Amino acid sequence: MSQPVLVAKNLTKRYGKNTIFQNISLTVQERETIVIVGPSGTGKSTLLRCLNLLTHAEEGQIWLDGVEITAKGYNEDRARQQIGMVFQNFLLFNHLTALENVILGLRRVKKLSHEEARLRATRELERVGLADRSGHYPGQLSGGQQQRVGIARALALEPRVMLFDEPTSALDPELIGEVLEVMKQLALDGTTMLMVTHEMGFAREVANRMIFLEKGGILEEGTPEDLFERPQNERTHQFLSKIGDLHGKKASKA
Amino acid sequence: MSAWLTLFSNALPALLDGALITLQLTGVGLVMGLALGLLAGLGRVYGNRPLRWLSVAYIELFRGTPLLVQLFLIYYGLPGIGITFSRMDAAFLALGVNSGAYQAEYLRGALQSVGQGQMLAGRAIGLSRWQTIFYVILPQALRLVIPSWANEPVALLKSSAVAFLVAVPELMARAKSVAAQTYNPIGAYLAAAVVYLVVVFLLDQFMKYLERRTRIPGLDAEGTRA
Amino acid sequence: MLLEFFQYIAEGAAITVAVTLVALPLGLVIGLLLALVHVYGGKWLSGLMTAYSVVLRGIPPMVLLFILYFVFSGSIDLSPFLAGSLALGVISSAYQLEILRGAILSVSGGQMLAARAIGLTRLQAIRHVVLPQALRLAIPPWANEASIVLKDSSLVYAIGVAEILRRAQQLSAASQQPFLAFGSAALIYFVLVFSTNRLLDLLERRTRIPANPYA
Repeated sequence: MSQPVLVAKNLTKRYGKNTIFQNISLTVQERETIVIVGPSGTGKSTLLRCLNLLTHAEEGQIWLDGVEITAKGYNEDRARQQIGMVFQNFLLFNHLTALENVILGLRRVKKLSHEEARLRATRELERVGLADRSGHYPGQLSGGQQQRVGIARALALEPRVMLFDEPTSALDPELIGEVLEVMKQLALDGTTMLMVTHEMGFAREVANRMIFLEKGGILEEGTPEDLFERPQNERTHQFLSKIGDLHGKKASKA
Repeated sequence: MSAWLTLFSNALPALLDGALITLQLTGVGLVMGLALGLLAGLGRVYGNRPLRWLSVAYIELFRGTPLLVQLFLIYYGLPGIGITFSRMDAAFLALGVNSGAYQAEYLRGALQSVGQGQMLAGRAIGLSRWQTIFYVILPQALRLVIPSWANEPVALLKSSAVAFLVAVPELMARAKSVAAQTYNPIGAYLAAAVVYLVVVFLLDQFMKYLERRTRIPGLDAEGTRA
Repeated sequence: MLLEFFQYIAEGAAITVAVTLVALPLGLVIGLLLALVHVYGGKWLSGLMTAYSVVLRGIPPMVLLFILYFVFSGSIDLSPFLAGSLALGVISSAYQLEILRGAILSVSGGQMLAARAIGLTRLQAIRHVVLPQALRLAIPPWANEASIVLKDSSLVYAIGVAEILRRAQQLSAASQQPFLAFGSAALIYFVLVFSTNRLLDLLERRTRIPANPYA
């Protein structure tokens, strides 16, 4: 087995007197899709933001392709140029069209020429099914379309790993499907993905591994079958069956 | 009434000459204020500690004191410590520095309403802090600031009237000499008032036109969907 | 020596404050009345109010000050102090009209409906339901106007009133220390404006309605 893409060891995050999570360690192999689940407020989003250094964990280390990105003196922008992130509330650049949203990173970060950037951006938008909307502004797109542009924007930079922070939680139910479709295809294409989501049906179908985060720590981790069929913790079973009822396939009884 | 109309038409050429100077004062003050406002606004929101302090001090001092006092300080006061300006330069400077403080505040409001999310999104694709400010936040902030900024040219035009107190020959000063010549102060200043009203109206219309031209569909004051 | 300097100019502050204390309330009374007329007075009257507002706000305060000063002192023989203060009050009334109109309009729709629905007359609804909320909503922009009037009071320098700036100028001529003189004037104004803003902040907090969606 080759070197893992992303390794995190003993990450601890505190905010004032509260500990958000502690001693979280995880490894992401190439082409893996890992889904993180857990109750709200357990710091799942914060964990993702620590991984691409948008936030800093108080303790712990992170390696990207074997390079420690939490080391002193390491240029954080470089890490973020190799890690893609998709946000719950899309956060598209409102003053730019869909195409320009994707072009910006290609021009300013990858330093491509305007023509090359345009070609690549158009390809990415085609990949998420939005080539015909490239001239639209975020305000003119539906939530599902905006999120797909967000995915294209992150993908265009050809990151080593894609982080998804509850990508469908802010969407109307009927728009969730189109985004999940895109993400499913990404997983099938071999994209390395780490995702926080409540979409259990998706997790069962697509994830290689699942991590259940609760009360600031990893309660259980394993394959989807492990967690859904043979959970080692009552709490895991409890959580998954409740959420499963809401969002799709039911967990079978343990 | 007809007597006043006669006065008005006789005085008009002189008044229009003065109006030209008024527009000059407004233009220079606006541009200077734009540059200062940009620096101080950015410095206030994104600068390091010393830069922030400097920006706050500048903004608070120049919004917290009357323009007239600032003008006198520059034109009469500075020579006391060896810095002399001509009356025109003093007027330009006072108007520019004063306007800059207000423009900085407008920009600050706009920068803050663009929202943290845009900074996050910019950093997330690997842009540095200043790249994000320059390519993502500032372009949006400059669009958002237009409605409140659009008042500034008109406000500057009106405040330029104080320049007559340092004998700058703008519109108000011309009205004063018309008043002296005709022994009809009320009539003379009414004539000036009419010219001001017309210029203000035209300027206002122009600002509204600019606002419409630069609108981005769906981008309103919260940077969210309209 | 420095102290006497400061003292002399500071006495002008009393005049400056006095001008503001005449102009601001005058502007409020007129502005409030006209705002109510604008919102509740029907098409023709609101058109008139709009004209009033547009004209008075479209002319530099300096020009209006001169016009009104000559009108007031010519017809009623008022002192420059009174003529100037009244003039500033009239000018401010146009800006306060806009502020109060905006606040009343924000509150009026739904609240007026609810008030009429329980049987209050229009006048009662305005007095007991709309105004109490509108006035609180108006405090922040009004505080801004208050500090503008305070700063604009320096304009009465031009009609000879012995406020801060005029004193600074006299002192500058007498002492040959222009930078100190005008610098002190600026400082005193700054203190006045700063204190006024803090005071009005306090007022806003004291009168705030808990968790009110309008204010």
